[in-house]
Formats: sequence, structure tokens, C-alpha cells
Amino acid sequence: MNSTTSDLILLSLGGFAILVALTLFGELVRSRQTSGQANPVLDTYMTRVESWWGMGIFISLALISGRLGVVVLFMFASFAALREFLTLTTKARADHWSLALAFVVVLPLQYLFVWCGWEGLYTVFIPVYAFLLRPIVSALRGNSDRYLIRVAETQWGLMITVFCVSHVPALMTVEIAGYGERAVLLIAFLVIVVQLGDLLEYFFGRRIGRRKIAAGLSPKTIEGMACGVGCAVVIGGMLAWITPFGLVGAMAMAGTASLVGMFGNLVFAAIKRDRGVKDWSHLIPGQGGFVDQLDSVVFAAPIFYHLTVYFWMA
Amino acid sequence: MPPALRRTARPVAAADYWLKNPIRAFVGPEVFNCVLVDRRPEVADKPMDKMLAALDEGSSLIIFPEGNRNMTEDPLLPFKAGLFNMGVARPDVDLVPTWIANLNTIMPKGEVIPLPLICTVTFGAPLHVKDGESEDEFLKRAGDALVALKPEEPAP
Repeated sequence: MNSTTSDLILLSLGGFAILVALTLFGELVRSRQTSGQANPVLDTYMTRVESWWGMGIFISLALISGRLGVVVLFMFASFAALREFLTLTTKARADHWSLALAFVVVLPLQYLFVWCGWEGLYTVFIPVYAFLLRPIVSALRGNSDRYLIRVAETQWGLMITVFCVSHVPALMTVEIAGYGERAVLLIAFLVIVVQLGDLLEYFFGRRIGRRKIAAGLSPKTIEGMACGVGCAVVIGGMLAWITPFGLVGAMAMAGTASLVGMFGNLVFAAIKRDRGVKDWSHLIPGQGGFVDQLDSVVFAAPIFYHLTVYFWMA
Repeated sequence: MPPALRRTARPVAAADYWLKNPIRAFVGPEVFNCVLVDRRPEVADKPMDKMLAALDEGSSLIIFPEGNRNMTEDPLLPFKAGLFNMGVARPDVDLVPTWIANLNTIMPKGEVIPLPLICTVTFGAPLHVKDGESEDEFLKRAGDALVALKPEEPAP
């Protein structure tokens, strides 16, 4: 077993230890409440912890199995997210082929490029080629009714659910001097700091949150977000040993990723509010859909990727 | 669908479409276990007889009472008489209105590749033909019951 694998196993065990603690805490609260009384906050919390268990197990297994496992896991996540997203976008009969292309050509090709590590392709394929070619396919069917809305919303969906999500596995392909195959640890770092930042933001927001950051859209508060990002910075510092960033660099990267992720959550809340839905789907029991689960990581991934490449790539 | 229900639930489909080529002729009857009905008026093997026979065997039928794919902007085409005739012939059979959302986006008529979008199925309360109810009254009532199941769409 090499050092990367043993570090990953160590991180997974650490993550599972946190989940055990969270589960025990929830069960403790549950055992204390008077029987027969529903507690929606506790129920939400428990289903959330359960889906974190699932996520944690899947991501740990994928990271330990190597590049192919990670690419396949995120490809499935992308597919589920794209499906949820395009269900809610504006479309017409004329878009059938261009939507089919998004699913059967654009998505698999993007992950193929990531798997092969062709950075020159996976960074421009969707923002350039899909962006220009898909509207042509839609236009050829000769229906101009709400054309710009249709192509723009589909492109937005592709950018978020395929381009952005694919930047998580793409972190494995970044070549950093003296870091080598340990790049897989960057994924663990990103997911851990963003998810824990979100969790602590939720916790502190409920405890001490006063001023809403976007009233009418999300219960997020300035206090909650500040505490969440602060905790992410500390956690990032504690995990500096798995990154090539150094202590200060790791703290800065963790804070940035966490902050961007929280605002990403806000953006998705705005989209859901606009479309009149509470969740993107019901695929994850009690939790909503894949997009609900991924939103903050999705937003943070491309920026985290770009900063890593910009400052640390050999 | 749970496997036990899958064996008894059978869609009713048009023979002229499903027997057009060997692949369809395999998929329709063998995979989907379709009750194939011949729509030509001159055939001896009347569609209603085949459907009633399937019901009497204990099958549940999935029928599309519009009789065709809806290509219009209206939520529903007027229902064909078959639903009423079946309700009269087998009054104890529950007719359950079922709304399938997104179907025309996922697979519009004439397209080959279905889009893997989310498809919600909503079931309503079972209907029966009332005593003395005319065909038009019943078909109107059934259509209204179905449209009532349509999920609300956000304003564009």
C-alpha cells in the first residue's frame, strides 16, 4: 500500500468517525424527546446524515480505487444532475436532438477527456464546442419560439452539471511538482472542506444567525456563513499535510472553496424558487436530488481547480 | 413497477405499429407484453373483444384513451369511445386515471432517442360508468379527472 492510499484510508476513517458522532448525537436527541411527537428539524438532520454516509462511502471507495472509479462516479452524478436540471428548463420539440446530444455525446465525451487527462479539451469542450454546436442543431429544426431562452437554459445546465462537476475528477490530472499521484487527495480536501463548511454554516446559522443574507430566498445568515467559512479555513489548515499548498495556502484555498460553495447554494435556491420547486428531484430519500446534494461542491470545483493550476501547477 | 404487478399489467397497443418490423414485433408482445389490437374496421378480431378477454384473464390494462399521441398544445385529446364501452361491459373494473408528466418531451412521436428526463406518474381515484350516464358525459368526466392530476407548471 502506498502513502496516497493509506492517507485516503485515514481520511475516510476520520470522515466516518465524524459521521458516527453525528449519528450518535441525532439518536441521543431522538431518545430524549417525548415519544409520538414529530420533530421535523431532527428528521431533516437524520436523513441528511444518512445521505452523507452514502456519499462518504461512495466517494471513499472511488478515491481509493483510482482515476477510473472517480471518473465513473462523477459521470453518474453528472448524469443524474443533468437529468434533474433539464427536466426544469424551457424546451421545445425542436430541441429534441440537441438535448439528446447533451446526454449521449457531450456528457460521455467530457468525462472521456477528463479520464485521458486532455486538459486542452475538457476545459473548452462545453464552453466552446457544445456552446456553439448545440444551438445549430436546435436552429436547424426551424422553431424560433423562445429560442434564446431554450438554448441558454440548456447550456447553463450543461455548464453546471457537466462542466463544473467534471472539474472534481479533473483535479486528479493536475500535475504538481513533487506531488505526483497524490493529486487524488485534492478531491478529498475539496469535498471535506466544502461539506463540513456547509454543515457548520447550517449549525451556526441556526444558533446565532440574525441577519439574512438574501431574505426571501434562503435562510442563510451572515453570521452562519462567516462561522462556516471560518471553520472551513481551520479545517483546511488541519488538512494542509495532504495538499501541496502549504499551511497558509491550504487555509486560503479552503476558505475560498467554502465561500464560493455557499454562494453556489444560494444561486441554486434562486433557480428552484423561480421554477416553483423545493427540491430538484426525490432521488435521494428525504434529501431531494443530486443537484441539491452537489450544489456547493459543484460551484467550488472549477474555481478550486483553476486556482490550483494557476498557482501550483509545475 | 413491482415484479408481481409487472406480469399482469399489459399495455394496449396498435398492431399496425407494433408488427411493422421484426424488432417491434418482438419488443411489443414479448418485452412489454402488449395486448395488440387491430385498428382496421374490417377485421373479425375486434379490439374490444381482445381487451375484454385480457381483463377476464385477470390482467390489468394500460390504455391510452386518446387513441393517438397528443401533438397539440391542449393537455388532452378528446377520449375515444373505447373507454366508455369497456366501462359498460365490465362495470366492476376500476378505471384509474393516470397522468404521465413530461412524456411528450421525453419521447415525442417520431423521435428515436428518448431523453432521460424525470417522469412523474400521478394516479387518481378509480372511476366507474354511472347508471344512465351517457357516453359523452362519462368521457368528459374521465378526461376532467385526468387533467386534474396534471402537476402544476411554473409560469414561464
